[in-house]
Amino acid sequence: MALPASILPELRRLLGPGNVLTEKEDLIPYSFDGTAALHQMPGCVVFATTTQQVSSVLKLAQETRTAIVTRGSGTGLSGGSLPSPDCVVLCLAKMDKLLELDRANLTMLVEAGITTAAVADAAAAAGLFYPPDPGSMKTSTLGGNVAENSGGLRGLKYGVTRNYVLGLEVVLPDGQVLWTGNKCVKDVAGYSLRDLFVGSEGTLGVVTKVLLRLIPLPAAKSTLVATFARMDQAAQTVSDIIAARIIPCTLEFLDRTTIRCVEDFARVGLPLDCEALLLMETDGHPAAVAEETSRMAVLARANGATQVRVAKDEAEADNLASARRTAFSALARVAPTTILEDATVPRSQLANMIRFIAAVAAKYRLRIGTFGHMGDGNLHPTFLTNERDAEEMRRVEEAFKEIFDEAVRLGGTLTGEHGIGISKKSFLPKFAGDAQMRVMRELRRALDPKGILNPGKMFD
Amino acid sequence: MSPPALTLPRQSHLKDLDFSVLQQCMRCGLCLPACPTYAATKIERHSPRGRISLMRAIAEDGLEPSRAFAQEMYFCLGCLACMSACPAGVDYAQLFERARAEAEASGVLRSPGRNLVRAFAIRWLFMDLNRLQLLGRLLRLCQELGLQALLRRSGVLKLLPARLRQLEAMTPDIQPQFSADLIAPVEGVGILNRKPPAASNPSWTHRIQNSGTDPFTTYRVAMLTGCAQDLIFSNVNRDTVEVLVRNGCEVVTPPEQFCCGSLHAHTGELELARQLARKQIDQFPPDQFDAIISNAGGCGSHLKHYQLLLAGDPLYRDRAALWDKKVKDIHEWLVGIGIRPPPNHAPPQVVTYHESCHLAHGQRIVTQPRLLLAAIPNLKLVELPESSWCCGSAGIYNLIQPEMAGQLLDRKLNHVRSTGAAIVATANPGCLLQLINGAKQRGLNLRVVHPVTLLAEAYRRPRAKLDTEVRAKSDAVLAVAEKAKPNGE
Repeated sequence: MALPASILPELRRLLGPGNVLTEKEDLIPYSFDGTAALHQMPGCVVFATTTQQVSSVLKLAQETRTAIVTRGSGTGLSGGSLPSPDCVVLCLAKMDKLLELDRANLTMLVEAGITTAAVADAAAAAGLFYPPDPGSMKTSTLGGNVAENSGGLRGLKYGVTRNYVLGLEVVLPDGQVLWTGNKCVKDVAGYSLRDLFVGSEGTLGVVTKVLLRLIPLPAAKSTLVATFARMDQAAQTVSDIIAARIIPCTLEFLDRTTIRCVEDFARVGLPLDCEALLLMETDGHPAAVAEETSRMAVLARANGATQVRVAKDEAEADNLASARRTAFSALARVAPTTILEDATVPRSQLANMIRFIAAVAAKYRLRIGTFGHMGDGNLHPTFLTNERDAEEMRRVEEAFKEIFDEAVRLGGTLTGEHGIGISKKSFLPKFAGDAQMRVMRELRRALDPKGILNPGKMFD
Repeated sequence: MSPPALTLPRQSHLKDLDFSVLQQCMRCGLCLPACPTYAATKIERHSPRGRISLMRAIAEDGLEPSRAFAQEMYFCLGCLACMSACPAGVDYAQLFERARAEAEASGVLRSPGRNLVRAFAIRWLFMDLNRLQLLGRLLRLCQELGLQALLRRSGVLKLLPARLRQLEAMTPDIQPQFSADLIAPVEGVGILNRKPPAASNPSWTHRIQNSGTDPFTTYRVAMLTGCAQDLIFSNVNRDTVEVLVRNGCEVVTPPEQFCCGSLHAHTGELELARQLARKQIDQFPPDQFDAIISNAGGCGSHLKHYQLLLAGDPLYRDRAALWDKKVKDIHEWLVGIGIRPPPNHAPPQVVTYHESCHLAHGQRIVTQPRLLLAAIPNLKLVELPESSWCCGSAGIYNLIQPEMAGQLLDRKLNHVRSTGAAIVATANPGCLLQLINGAKQRGLNLRVVHPVTLLAEAYRRPRAKLDTEVRAKSDAVLAVAEKAKPNGE
């Protein structure tokens, strides 16, 4: 199934020849996203620079029944922007403008291709705060964050992308442009379509603009690093912190393997002689921050922390958080292929889940590095493997099946923040159940009857 | 009787590479925002991740080394900013050299003109620096006789194609004297008092830095004068030697040196680069020096990787390993041994610092140049926004990709202007030249200078009027006096 012959000249006419890539050397770099071991060549890659162009491209695709896979920066971790065979990759990376910063209403209107870091920086420059901070925030785009409903290190206290989306401009599969939401905090006029598109993984429409909710920048923050000789001591510390009614903005966990890799890259002085490390951050009113800092330190020590260190200034705190964000990539230092998942469980089950992951890794003789957002139960067990070793890759698959089953059995979910995409597609029907699957299928068919948007993703 | 012709399969620099080097890229995309060509185009092919995917496709037989591939490898600046950004530790420097070698070996870029330029410049001119110096002398003669100025005034140059006119305008001013005219083969001689190298005895280094004893004549170092540096910035070499002598080093600077081979390695001529690396190791046996000093960021980055380059050479492999350990960037070395404070008479000056890519990303020398500048009395260092973003010079990139190079130069100079500093310091001849030309074209009153020159000036301050010869003599006198001190070891 190649691209229809007529489509390329028409795309060039709509977008300009420089915005339509067809050479093999241009397409190979778009034949994957951030997900390990997945490749698929697209038919062509196009760049839109306006909503109108996106609309025209979708109309053309509709007429010619051409598959469209929307892409931002291609940092996704579930194969969500992996091309489908001979599709048109619709890349929005050039639509990267900040359109409006409304200080009176604390909102920001951006184009979908702007990076998460650019949004966060622009907000901070105005004394405001955009909390979602996925690990790839310097590269990832807001459109991609909306499509995947990305989380980050601050999910525990501040929630995820969804909690900051006030409105969306979406181009529907037939090319019609839809606006949903507005600057009002309260809005119950009709279905909340906005919430339908958040996390829809490019299957229902193409997000072109995002209206974001911002909050005041916390007046103070404090960062602690605690190290433990045993993993369960770290898990218990997290449980105790939550039980003590403290909601820090970050409670990150790294195991020994991950600590070594991160330190090897970032050189931020992480202690290497421990089994587990907690990175804790509290923010808010200075007095509350001071109090929570000392209480968290006390709880960590009570659970046998070998060392508790408080970052001396904001620069050190930022360095620690930045270092943590590189954990997944840094793990690639020790293995050719790193395959991570984001099985998520209720916080009360964290210790069980961590023990289970270790047991599964041992059972299948696999090397594993685990890190994650302990405060919100979102773990990232990462298998350190080699995609060229077919036998080991089979064991990895088996291990993940067990981990998913256990996460679900404990009341958790398949994915906390990476999405279903293609890598967890086969697990979704069992997890979601017949009723949910039926509603999802009918919704998708209603909006995209010809199935041109991101075909083969999430579910068939 | 000629032996029967052997038909060997064409060597593939990418297929022969250990696949794990390519596989190290796990495609997370964290390099994208660090890449100047991706930032300018937003096209994946122009990103490190995209380029590696093309290299990998060739290694896996998914792509032939095509013209588009080769052009892409030459569109890459080779600035290595992606290496600083990469948490996975991808060795992009090696991949980049291999990919350009692959492009050259495949012959897809061959054309009569290009072949001629490469044969002349890379395979002839830079293989023997006597030839380069000869060319330099000719150019200097033209400049001294006013021929260049005459040509420029006459309007004859307007007959040249636009591209050649641009190149002509970038011709650097050749120094009246080259390094060998300015630097004695051995300086700091006669005051030598050997000590074990710092690296092997840190506690001892500590004592020297803190005890107040005189650190004169403690080390024996070799000085690499470079090629472009020697012709255009021989004064920087002179300054480097002076600063080294003032910091207790006996400096060995043979008048005839070789190119380090960086130019060759970066333009796909790995075998020539190996030849030059062997010559360097022969000329400067690494076991005879405490350090082998480079003051050019680009050269230093290449010089520190001879072990990898000569990994397949059993005769040189071990010496190359030692060589890599001994090569030190001048800032790295000086900060490592402790900089003697210059006298406190310097006038106030505001300086900003532009990082040479291969110093910052290739060698990870980031704090040392700033510490060196901070050691100069009355110098205020203003941080340059995007200080480690490429200025567009990138070896010979500004010659072969003028458009992208020009964009990057604009971006750099705008940032320099935003600091309000009248002096920009940078530690690589390519950057120096690029910024000098850029400032000249834009009519900016900007002094572009190597950090070491600023340090040398600070040392010279009380004796500003002495010429080089007198200064060397006074150094010797000073050194003898220092040695005569009762506690001078």
